[in-house]
Amino acid sequence: VHFFFQQVVNGLTQGSLYALIALGYSMVYGVLKLLNFAHGDLYMLGAFIGYFVIQWFGGPAALTIPVPLVLLIMFVLAGAGMGGLGVAIERFAYRPLRDAPRIAPLITALGVSFFLENAVLLLFGSQTRIYNTSQFISFSTGITIRGLHIDIVRIMVISLSVLLMIALRLLVSRTTLGKSMRAVATDREAAEMLGIDVDRTIAFTFFLGSALAGVAGVMAGLVFNQVFNLIGFIAGLKAFTAAVVGGIGSITGAMLGGLLIGLAEAFATGYISSTYQNLIVFGVLIAVMLVRPSGLLGRAPLQKV
Amino acid sequence: MSPIGVDEWVARVEERREQAGGWRGVLAQWSERVGWWPKLAVVALVGAAFPLLGPNDFQLQVGINALLLAMLAVGLNIAVGWAGLLDLGYIAFYGFGAYGFALLSSNQLGANGIHMPAELSIPIVMVAAALLGLLLGLPSRRLIGDYLAIVTLFFGEVFVEVTNNVATNKLGGPNGIPAVDPIKGFGQQILTLKGYWYFSLVLILVVIAALHLLDQSRTGRAWRAVREDPLAAGMMTIPVNRLKLMAFSFGAVVAALAGSVFAAQQGGVFPTDFDTPFLILIYAGLILGGSGSIAGAVLGGLVVSITLEFLRNPTEAGYVFYGIILATLIARMRPWRKLGAVLAAIVAFGFAAHAIVKAISDTAVAGGAHSGGWLGDVLKHWVIVPANPKSFGNICFVLLICALIGLVQLKDQRVRTALLVPVVYLAACVWEARLVVEPSITRQILIGAILIVMMNARPQGLLGQRRVEVV
Repeated sequence: VHFFFQQVVNGLTQGSLYALIALGYSMVYGVLKLLNFAHGDLYMLGAFIGYFVIQWFGGPAALTIPVPLVLLIMFVLAGAGMGGLGVAIERFAYRPLRDAPRIAPLITALGVSFFLENAVLLLFGSQTRIYNTSQFISFSTGITIRGLHIDIVRIMVISLSVLLMIALRLLVSRTTLGKSMRAVATDREAAEMLGIDVDRTIAFTFFLGSALAGVAGVMAGLVFNQVFNLIGFIAGLKAFTAAVVGGIGSITGAMLGGLLIGLAEAFATGYISSTYQNLIVFGVLIAVMLVRPSGLLGRAPLQKV
Repeated sequence: MSPIGVDEWVARVEERREQAGGWRGVLAQWSERVGWWPKLAVVALVGAAFPLLGPNDFQLQVGINALLLAMLAVGLNIAVGWAGLLDLGYIAFYGFGAYGFALLSSNQLGANGIHMPAELSIPIVMVAAALLGLLLGLPSRRLIGDYLAIVTLFFGEVFVEVTNNVATNKLGGPNGIPAVDPIKGFGQQILTLKGYWYFSLVLILVVIAALHLLDQSRTGRAWRAVREDPLAAGMMTIPVNRLKLMAFSFGAVVAALAGSVFAAQQGGVFPTDFDTPFLILIYAGLILGGSGSIAGAVLGGLVVSITLEFLRNPTEAGYVFYGIILATLIARMRPWRKLGAVLAAIVAFGFAAHAIVKAISDTAVAGGAHSGGWLGDVLKHWVIVPANPKSFGNICFVLLICALIGLVQLKDQRVRTALLVPVVYLAACVWEARLVVEPSITRQILIGAILIVMMNARPQGLLGQRRVEVV
């Protein structure tokens, strides 16, 4: 039972990261109907930013400013930086293709992803960077319930993700910007006719989604410690799986899907074998796609003639 | 873009008429009058003549790899270009072919291994790949567009995971399968690179001819109908689902064939040979050449493969790099006066910048250019490469990306032209300081850049036909 709950905690941590990335995927897909393959790489870059912030302030063993402040700077820098990069990518690579056949932006997205991965390889090299979280946040802080220890980093990751998701949910459902996002997602041309600034809405969507990915990257660095240039691809794929499983375009679906994938992965690792971890996740995806092509919470797209 | 209500055929006729002037028009008309098989015969003759020029082993190997990539691009074109199905799991069929052939002609299976002759093993592998293609095609009955893309992408990932982790005593895990037999059949063996060149050449010619006939047939026309509008095609009683399955299956067969040759020629297979980067390489070839056109796929595959090989040698890479910049400027800059002014400005800017920096600090220009030959001698006095170029190159690289993004956004033509000068110079500095030193990373970066630029600048590729949107 103890082992079981340990897996649940692991699954929830991993799952909330997937959910954060999945949200970006899902929102971008909602407004542009574009699979943004570069999204996972923004997550990777966010993790790198977090790493460099730690190095900037004296390294993990000898931080020159209080730990909460470092965390805050990491999250803000990664979020803002990746948000900005996301907007730049949209303007540069995707906007000129908005009216092109669907396959064109998709292949561009593959190109952007490939470009980012290798640009990072060129700039920072192929070695794995280690956060060394345990040197500035002790693993033993945290809560212990009946012998089950949950360390503070995991608690922070899960609660911060939940907070971000709630905030996003409110933003999309309550504010004018959220309303215009939904309008653009439903019908871009009609939204434009109603006086909604479509370009700005799409840019804003990219900003939000990419910022979430950046924040998720920092969290991943804190929890898993290792950062290198290819972590984005697999994480992006799994997050996309989460978005699809939950029903793409649906924010609640993305959260649900992320948690589901995270838990599935944790249990696969814990009870079967970590070698088959990826195979099991991909198997879940293919099965869900075949049974319910529009995901668990998604609606089947209406085909307009 | 044709006006609303003009159908595709009429629009193409108009395009042809527009092209009629100049040497390009003459060439186009001539190419239309000559049938397809004389053109193929010319290609065959050129291909057959290549080994007579006395290439060394490395050049022959590059040639074989280029032919295989071209074959893969042609196969990918069936699903992507003709049927309009975005198949991101294509690489798995290539890997399947290679692993299949390797298992049937090595010591892996059974006590003494199976050493099947190629005339048996290659057809078996192809049939198996066709069945696997049908299997992967099944989701395409229900999934459309991006959903299909993602499921096929996962299929490709599953292949890599399986070869890495499952049945490692048979598939070899990350170490792959070593000691695969060469192609042997009818009492003959192919042992030389020259032999493999001819073998691949014959195979690709056969594949091209077969696919061309297929393209001209009912099936080919039906695929295009499915690509343009599956719903309408269905209404015209075209069996949409069966055609999609066929497209996957045919592509899988071609990929498996290429994989078999690859396995036999390399004498071994490894999971990393069939990972996503290579898939993106195939896509780059197809996109560059123009998806939907066989000639385009072949050309794109050859160009991408051979160009990237040049990057291994700094001097040759330099010629390619500066050549591409020059060619782009010549192609895009009008009138000639402006082109001349920009080129002169770039050259002058470089020498001036070099002189100024040298006056300030000698070590800042001590790095020298990596290109050799006369190019290197000239560049030494032109680009700024510090003694320790790594961080300088990295900063310039980031600056260059920002500058390019900014340049594209600028509306004012005159400012753009003026800013082009420092940007090109910056690109040259990054190239000499950083990119030339890391050829393998540069390859990948360039592939990514090709995909982005090509899709934005000329989505139909070099030889592809522009899709006419019928509203």
